[in-house]
Amino acid sequence: MKKTGVLLVTLLLISLLAFLAFQIIPGDPTTKLLGNEYTPERAEALRHEMGLDRNVFVRYWDWLTGFVTGDMGASYSYGMSVEAVMEGKGIVTAALSLMAWLLVIAISIPLGITLARWQGGRLDRVFVAMNQVFMAIPPFFLGILFTYIFGLVLKLFVPGGFIRPEQSLWGFFGYLVFPALAIAIPKAAMVTKLLRSSILGQMQENYVRTAYSRGNSRWGVIRGHVLRNAILPVVTFVAMTLADIVAGSIVVEQVFALPGLGRLLLASIGNRDYPVVQCIVVIIAAVVVFMNYLADIVTQYIDPRIRLG
Amino acid sequence: MKLRHNKNFVWGAAITAFMVAVILVGMIWTPYDPNAMDGGAKMLSPRLTHLLGTDNFGRDILSRVIEGAGATFLIAAATVAIGLTAGLIIGGLTGYYGGWLDEVIMRLNDAVAAFPSILLALVLIALMEPGKSSIILALGLLFVPSFARVVRAEVARQKSQDYVASARLMGAGDLRVLFAHILPNIVPVLLPSVAIGFNNAVLAEASMSYLGVGVQPPDASLGRMLNEAQGYLLTAPWYALSVGVAIILLILGFGLISEGLGGRSDA
Repeated sequence: MKKTGVLLVTLLLISLLAFLAFQIIPGDPTTKLLGNEYTPERAEALRHEMGLDRNVFVRYWDWLTGFVTGDMGASYSYGMSVEAVMEGKGIVTAALSLMAWLLVIAISIPLGITLARWQGGRLDRVFVAMNQVFMAIPPFFLGILFTYIFGLVLKLFVPGGFIRPEQSLWGFFGYLVFPALAIAIPKAAMVTKLLRSSILGQMQENYVRTAYSRGNSRWGVIRGHVLRNAILPVVTFVAMTLADIVAGSIVVEQVFALPGLGRLLLASIGNRDYPVVQCIVVIIAAVVVFMNYLADIVTQYIDPRIRLG
Repeated sequence: MKLRHNKNFVWGAAITAFMVAVILVGMIWTPYDPNAMDGGAKMLSPRLTHLLGTDNFGRDILSRVIEGAGATFLIAAATVAIGLTAGLIIGGLTGYYGGWLDEVIMRLNDAVAAFPSILLALVLIALMEPGKSSIILALGLLFVPSFARVVRAEVARQKSQDYVASARLMGAGDLRVLFAHILPNIVPVLLPSVAIGFNNAVLAEASMSYLGVGVQPPDASLGRMLNEAQGYLLTAPWYALSVGVAIILLILGFGLISEGLGGRSDA
């Protein structure tokens, strides 16, 4: 309950800060909108029309209520509403982030368990040696490598191409596989390492010795006793990586020219189209904060010993 | 375990030393002028005269990578310096004095830390003009919370130690106790954070410049070069590859050092 209160306050704070941030920038949006037709009188009239001459907190409240009801204001540079500009973009970023996140889980959980089960084995030794390298590869460079290897050399996909989900759902996901992998691999290296060392740490505990003495094999001990303890820190970490993954998708969308929110955000920053920037920032930040909140709840659910208050 | 027996640290230090040596040499000498164009030598593949080949203007890629690595390294260093200085002051004072201000600042810290860092950097850049000083300032600000948190926790732990009490008995004032007595004792805990800070700063600078909101031409940077190189992926794959490997080596070096010093590389 307290967590939910904190969540709501945080969301409000984010929206307020994002709103205020774009009010203090030097320069008046009317200057750019009017361009060559700029006269002080016209600027004044336009300011009045846009409501810029009203109290900043009144404008914040108007903007917030509009935002919640789906009326996000007008874009400066596209000549249409912000919702219209963003249409169809959110699904790309959401699908890409979710896919990358699921890939992180699908790669790292089985791999981490396998490595811990055969600790010191060939696979384990290769991983320990290479793991830091995988963690050091920036997602956007991995994306460029994938574009070269799988796009240009093996011709598995057309670099810069994209299929809208309305045209073909499979095609849409197909075009997201490599971008998602580019985001997922460095993260998966981190999670695998964490899970492996978490399991190996638990293997030193007394209850493990007891489990062995009852005649369990190493695999039996891991599966039946260790895993449920070792997985806890990993669940928290995996939930928190979603924030990084969303951030990673902003960059990787640019590498693969995917028409998502990240690409729109960058274009809007270039155009100084603040209403669009503001909305995208608030949406992404809200999603991230909400995911962290869910992560807290899930952690508490799977381990009732943790009381978060 | 002694550091020189620690494989992670030794490899990390070796890679970083190599990169720093190359960067230092690059400041006085590069094989070619990084900006000299040669119309007769465009898009050459790697060969003895041009170890990493040439780009679309006939510029020597090795010379450009060295120059770009230097720029990226300097930006990372400036970023870490800002984050560390502000983090030491904020973390030191809040950890030492505690109280309600400590609570407020730490909650604010948590809020900033929960944000995806790239997003926050983009907002800051959107508010300023893109360029070298903006990116340093934006990334520097982003790094304050993580340093402040580490410093605060450690100062809070140290302040109840006997040596602090005895320093106070000898008449040392708060600031003297904090910066002359406690500070030297938290350095070992701080070092892995500094290393991981470099790691993150190089990654952040490269990402932002790749996106075109970081370093602007004619200034060089590895991220910017990767952006240019992507356009010639089919005709000159060695261009993107050389730049990417330079970025990886910088990140890997600091990552391994931090790992070796006992830091958590996921922090």
